[in-house]
Amino acid sequence: MRESPRRAVLPSIALFLLLASCGGGKPESAGKETAVSDVPAHGDAIVEGSIGDVSGFLTAVTTDASSHEAAGYVFNGLVRYDKNLKLEGDLAESWEVSPDGKRITFHLRKGVKWHDGAPFTSDDVMFTYRRMIDPRTPTAYGEDFKQVQRAAAPDPHTFVVEYARPFAPALASWGMHVLPKHLLSTYPDISKSPLNKKPVGTGPYRFVEWKTGEKVVFDVSPDYFEGKPYIARVISRVIPDQATMFLELKSGGVDIMALTPPQYVRQTETAEFKKSFNKYKYTASGYTYLGFRLSHPFFRDKRVRQAIAHAADKKALIDGVLLGLGQEATGPYKPGTWAFNPGVRKYPHDPGRAKALLAEAGWKEKDGVLVKDGQPFEFTVLTNAGNDARAKTAAILQQNLAEVGIRMKIRTVEWAAFINEFIDKRKFDAVILGWNITPDPDQFDIWHSSKTGPKELNHVGFANPEVDRLLDEGRSTFDLEKRKNAYFRIQEILAEEQPYVFLYVPEALPVVHHRFRGIVPAPAGITYNFVKWYVPAALQKHRVQP
Amino acid sequence: MLRYIARRLLLTVPLLVGISLVSFLMMHMAPGGPIGAGTDLNPKATAESRARLKAYYGLDRPLHVQYGKWLGRMATLDFGDSFSPDGRAVAEKIKERIPITLTINVLSMGLIFLVAIPVGVYSAVRKGSLFDRISTVAVFTGFAIPTFWLALLMMILFGVKLGWLPISGISSLDHESLGALGKLADRAHHLLLPVLLAGFGGLAGMSRYMRSNMLEVIRQDYVATARAKGLPEGTVVFRHAMRNALLPVITILGLSVPDLLGGSVIFETIFAIPGMGQLFYQGVMSRDYPLIMGILTIGAFLTLLGNLLADVGYALADPRIRQG
Repeated sequence: MRESPRRAVLPSIALFLLLASCGGGKPESAGKETAVSDVPAHGDAIVEGSIGDVSGFLTAVTTDASSHEAAGYVFNGLVRYDKNLKLEGDLAESWEVSPDGKRITFHLRKGVKWHDGAPFTSDDVMFTYRRMIDPRTPTAYGEDFKQVQRAAAPDPHTFVVEYARPFAPALASWGMHVLPKHLLSTYPDISKSPLNKKPVGTGPYRFVEWKTGEKVVFDVSPDYFEGKPYIARVISRVIPDQATMFLELKSGGVDIMALTPPQYVRQTETAEFKKSFNKYKYTASGYTYLGFRLSHPFFRDKRVRQAIAHAADKKALIDGVLLGLGQEATGPYKPGTWAFNPGVRKYPHDPGRAKALLAEAGWKEKDGVLVKDGQPFEFTVLTNAGNDARAKTAAILQQNLAEVGIRMKIRTVEWAAFINEFIDKRKFDAVILGWNITPDPDQFDIWHSSKTGPKELNHVGFANPEVDRLLDEGRSTFDLEKRKNAYFRIQEILAEEQPYVFLYVPEALPVVHHRFRGIVPAPAGITYNFVKWYVPAALQKHRVQP
Repeated sequence: MLRYIARRLLLTVPLLVGISLVSFLMMHMAPGGPIGAGTDLNPKATAESRARLKAYYGLDRPLHVQYGKWLGRMATLDFGDSFSPDGRAVAEKIKERIPITLTINVLSMGLIFLVAIPVGVYSAVRKGSLFDRISTVAVFTGFAIPTFWLALLMMILFGVKLGWLPISGISSLDHESLGALGKLADRAHHLLLPVLLAGFGGLAGMSRYMRSNMLEVIRQDYVATARAKGLPEGTVVFRHAMRNALLPVITILGLSVPDLLGGSVIFETIFAIPGMGQLFYQGVMSRDYPLIMGILTIGAFLTLLGNLLADVGYALADPRIRQG
């Protein structure tokens, strides 16, 4: 829902969105003005504003957020994340993990039908699995499925997978959309099948039309297995410009969009706006950080990194960059979720403390700049061009560090060049970047010392034997308590070591036209119970003929 | 004349190959690649899946082999399939964007000629008059104002405050349910603002060009002669002077041919118009090689064609060149 870290790990946010985009939840009425009779009614259409166009509907082969969001209306996985970001059944009614943690048995929902009327069975799940590991499928998500040693469909409503080792993140990988075997089996390359343009799924909405670069339209699926959703039609309009989208919202051309902090704070506070729209605010699943190349002679010393953490004024960053709509990050997890450890070491803004730590590390001040062995403390921070929030963050940090005698230069580079020429080749002193926070806390790829090769994600070169061990432990058990302990300890070590200075977690700021009722914000956001949203009959705006 | 045209047409073939080769090399020299969008910083993407994707798109072959394959396909006018996940044919992607971009460009160019030529002529004839000065200020204002900013102001005024015009897009949500006439009206309603704004920004160049041409011609001896013959001023201006002043405009027309299919990215983004500009921009950002090459080749072909048309048109209009 946000612009800034979206570029960082498209797939994970996309996957997260698709899992969270449609779900259960109780029908509660939460309308502000209940002058009209507030009873759920079928009908009306919702118009979404989307920055980007869809690039295809089969999420196995697409990687952008717009495509995954759109596909979420049409398809289901076996599992999904609920309103509290915990896994729950979707096409699987329930599942069991064997005591040794190596085998997962999914019990599939009975009576589910594809939009063309064909029954959904375990054959479809098996087919999806086979296509995920097929070299002819151009997917970036095959890895999780290659871990499967044996897959079986003993009856039409049971699907069993076995892994060589217990692998906790595997469960979430079954949120991958299940594909209809009867429509795809004749296409060796699913990306070239007509289904990628005209999807047929099991989801709450059926595909109607896709006008490239303009809009995608879905109509309600009356026999959806969770019950017929109230809103009869979903129209996703492509409006690439944020400012234009906001004007469309105000003039009635769009019903739901994500606001920027300035729009949220400054442009939507009028009584007139509040009469027509409801604004929501919840913690976004992402954070921004300042990462050090740990082999850099300046940053090898832990005290230097801690000093920079003390020098960075996180409050000023949140006020300046996010207009106050965010919170301090203390580690790589989302505040309020089960893996988040609230008790780690914190680094309040304290230039005095920072200076003391730097002096301890051997840096002496000379004409306002720190010097050690005749070398001034001067480095360049890199960030990607076109990300306004990160550019502002860099500017504020530059000022913060100047206060303690560190000269930081800022360089912004186009995304592809940034990744290929600098990050992948480890040609940087420090970077400002962001990660999306996936609901599963496994961050093996980001922190494990074996993941420092080219194109691998531990680009700062963090290596800590205890963290390595804990990362292994955390992903190889399904026991939530054990996992929690491992991740709590990892956060303590990261807070102490400061391989990144964790800066801030922004708020997601969706706005929805006031005629839509039944919206109940939760840690997962607002769209998890989209099928329960409704417009009271008297307020319906669009007449939708089925 | 025909031999001249035939020779020029033949010459375009090696030129096109050269242009495509340079574009191809530049494109591959740019950092990143088509698979980066999906795999960069993606924890699920392994070295193996990257290699697999590279092989899938044929990017593991040496560059000359890739270019040779592309050229071979091009020889049969096959643009290939896009690298974007939908895997659609490049020709199809370009084809669906052309009508809207062409419509906007033809309309705004027509508007520019319709307004700029009379303004230029009149300013020249009444050089230094109040009209001349006001029109100069007006066209330069249009030239200097950033279009995206003016566009937003217009959207706020006509879209939000007055509610007369749609803000963005090219059709209403109920477009499909309208009759043929209703569809046309709906489309016109949506295109009014973009066309006017695109035209406004382009007025300056054309009108100033026309004005200076006209000023030059009007000082010529034959115009003085025409006046001396006692011809009415209107005849002098329109029959004798303007005809000659219009000659260089043919060149401009010819050079605008490639612009007809080139959309402005900023403009299309602001108005949410699914045109060529956005298609090319997205192609470049995702390193969709076949799409980039397709659009560049079309652009190069149109540029060469426009040059040829301009030369031919000039020769037809000006006997001095025809004989030379």
